[in-house]
Amino acid sequence: MRKMLTIISNVLRGSASRNGARVVVSARTYADFTPQASFDIKKCDVHKLEEGPPLQAVLTREEGLQYYRTMQTIRRMELKADQLYKQKIIRGFCHLYDGQEACAVGIEAGINLSDHLITAYRAHGYTLTRGGTVREIMAELTGRRGGIAKGKGGSMHMYTKHFYGGNGIVGAQVPLGAGVALACKYLGKNELCVCLYGDGAANQGQIFETYNMASLWKLPCIFICENNKYGMGTSVERAAASTDYYKRGDFIPGLRVDGMDVLCVREATKLAAEHCRSGKGPILMELQTYRYHGHSMSDPGISYRTRDEIQEVRSKSDPISMLKDRMLSNNMASVEELKEIDVEVRKEIEDAAQFATTDPEPPLDDLCNHIFYNDPPMEVRGTNPWTKLKSIS
Amino acid sequence: MTAPVPCDICIINSILLLQVTVRDALNQAMDEELERDERVFLLGEEVAQYDGAYKVSRGLWKKYGDKRIIDTPITEMGFAGIAVGAAMAGLRPICEFMTFNFSMQAIDQVINSAAKTYYMSAGLQSVPIVFRGPNGASAGVAAQHSQCFAAWYGHCPGLKVVSPWSAEDARGLLKSAIRDDNPVVFLENELMYGVPFEMSEEVQSKDFLIPIGKAKIERQGTHITLVSHSRMVSLCLDAAAVLAKEGIECEVINMRTIRPLDAEAIETSIMKTNHLVTVEGGWPQFGIGAEILARIMEGPAFNYLDSPAVRVTGVDIPMPYAKILEDNSVPQIKDIIFSIKKTLNV
Repeated sequence: MRKMLTIISNVLRGSASRNGARVVVSARTYADFTPQASFDIKKCDVHKLEEGPPLQAVLTREEGLQYYRTMQTIRRMELKADQLYKQKIIRGFCHLYDGQEACAVGIEAGINLSDHLITAYRAHGYTLTRGGTVREIMAELTGRRGGIAKGKGGSMHMYTKHFYGGNGIVGAQVPLGAGVALACKYLGKNELCVCLYGDGAANQGQIFETYNMASLWKLPCIFICENNKYGMGTSVERAAASTDYYKRGDFIPGLRVDGMDVLCVREATKLAAEHCRSGKGPILMELQTYRYHGHSMSDPGISYRTRDEIQEVRSKSDPISMLKDRMLSNNMASVEELKEIDVEVRKEIEDAAQFATTDPEPPLDDLCNHIFYNDPPMEVRGTNPWTKLKSIS
Repeated sequence: MTAPVPCDICIINSILLLQVTVRDALNQAMDEELERDERVFLLGEEVAQYDGAYKVSRGLWKKYGDKRIIDTPITEMGFAGIAVGAAMAGLRPICEFMTFNFSMQAIDQVINSAAKTYYMSAGLQSVPIVFRGPNGASAGVAAQHSQCFAAWYGHCPGLKVVSPWSAEDARGLLKSAIRDDNPVVFLENELMYGVPFEMSEEVQSKDFLIPIGKAKIERQGTHITLVSHSRMVSLCLDAAAVLAKEGIECEVINMRTIRPLDAEAIETSIMKTNHLVTVEGGWPQFGIGAEILARIMEGPAFNYLDSPAVRVTGVDIPMPYAKILEDNSVPQIKDIIFSIKKTLNV
């Protein structure tokens, strides 16, 4: 029976691709695949916590396919950005997220879109998981009017609903995140704020000030340190007297999580969210992850680490491969199905890149807009006293 | 003066001229001052093992080691404070801010701990420190990374604020800043780092110093005075070259120092040309041009002006990212030419 279905599906797929139409891959889909499975996940080190997340995570087929698609989208989007940057179509700063996909996707799987999130400048992945489209992200990178910030923000300054960027000053986003959490508590809507920063930022004084206030006032804030082992060109050992970032919150309970495993991240986030929503105050998560690219596009990324190290992480711990292997070895999806997702993702990225390179730049009369909100139109001085420009809210 | 021969080393009249980029000039100045005085050291993000985020400190860590070239964590308020403390206790630190945008995190230490201490202690406690790094707009780095801090630091008594343009400026002014016993804010420009300039043998000497507080006339002229600092000096010279073809001769003054302002040089020039246009990359309100114009109003040169003095500045908005918007947010050569012609009423 299975073999016959396979043959039928192959024939149908063949005709589907000839027609060029996207056709749901045959009746093979639902009958044959495992609808869900339980996976062992790494134990999280805990700090001032009774218990960490469970040691097993249940993954449904739908969830798996969705995580796979989103992580692959982020991966391909970042690689396309690399390409466009080298062609000088993207300029300025560009900090790529490939390697860290499990963090963004796992976190979003543990919270709701109605929750809030803020991060630093390595933000393209989060812009996507928080509701941005690849099209508007890429068009923002290329500085076009169809960009998510109308071309005015660039790589580091993308925003969506309940996503507060995209922040260029290291560490500054952390007090901001606690402030969002304060508003959540104040408005009583049972929402929380996920507040991300890197291992480099973890030594910033303002973060410790924030820990103190968030804890005193029991703010519903999940602090997350994405530890990718390097703050620009400086390894964690050279920057931090203590590299146990999950303990640095001192009086704030913490957990250290395998950031390359989307399930581990999800389960930890669920635990953290539960902690916050039950009024216990802030909690801290350290995600151990890795970035394949250098700090930014102007950093080759090999003067402070070896190519071997990068290659080792790629081959042993790649988040997308890990999920793929899990799903395939548990018969939760087929190779062809995942390949088809790859093809769809590639097409989405190509379309987005096409849009991002052909959409026109913002109009000059947008130059002075968006200075103030809800204010009457005003005059703005141009480069000389005779040039008076118009600014609308 | 004949046009320079396009080769790296030109021997003209037995004077050895080198082409040196601003970056290399800064690097060599620091190298020589580190060698000259044991108490001088450099600290900042990525200055040591990474060779500097913009490669300005290339090779220094290899030569001088961990004690003299220190990589800091990303903690500006902390390491700026540490640098000031070290200066108070007898060392001569060079504190690098990766860009001056990040100095805002540390500005309390620069102003309240460095700038004011000699005064507050009635001469007991000096603070021989240099804060240096790139300032102002770059290319495509958006709002949080493009601000010019010349006016903010220039506002404060107790600070010296320096803004070099050429490689010669970079070299001579950085050496002076390091040897100065007072806090000096040294505003570099990322877009100028790679620009080569001719450097004479005299400038290459180890004790070549440019005095802080003295402007330089880069181009003599008779019809109008252009006053500028840092990268905008290049644009003024370009504008002057275009206008020379129309018979308008601009005198271009390179401020070199923001504080103390060389008002005398500007006044002397205005008494000759009777017209003034200032050019800066920063925002107009309460800016460098605003201060210059106020000083001229209050001083002897006012009576020599044949038309109101005018400022060419950045547009009064946060820096946008998109290229077309960014290009139109900073002065262009055509804006300078336009303002000159309006001022001269031609």
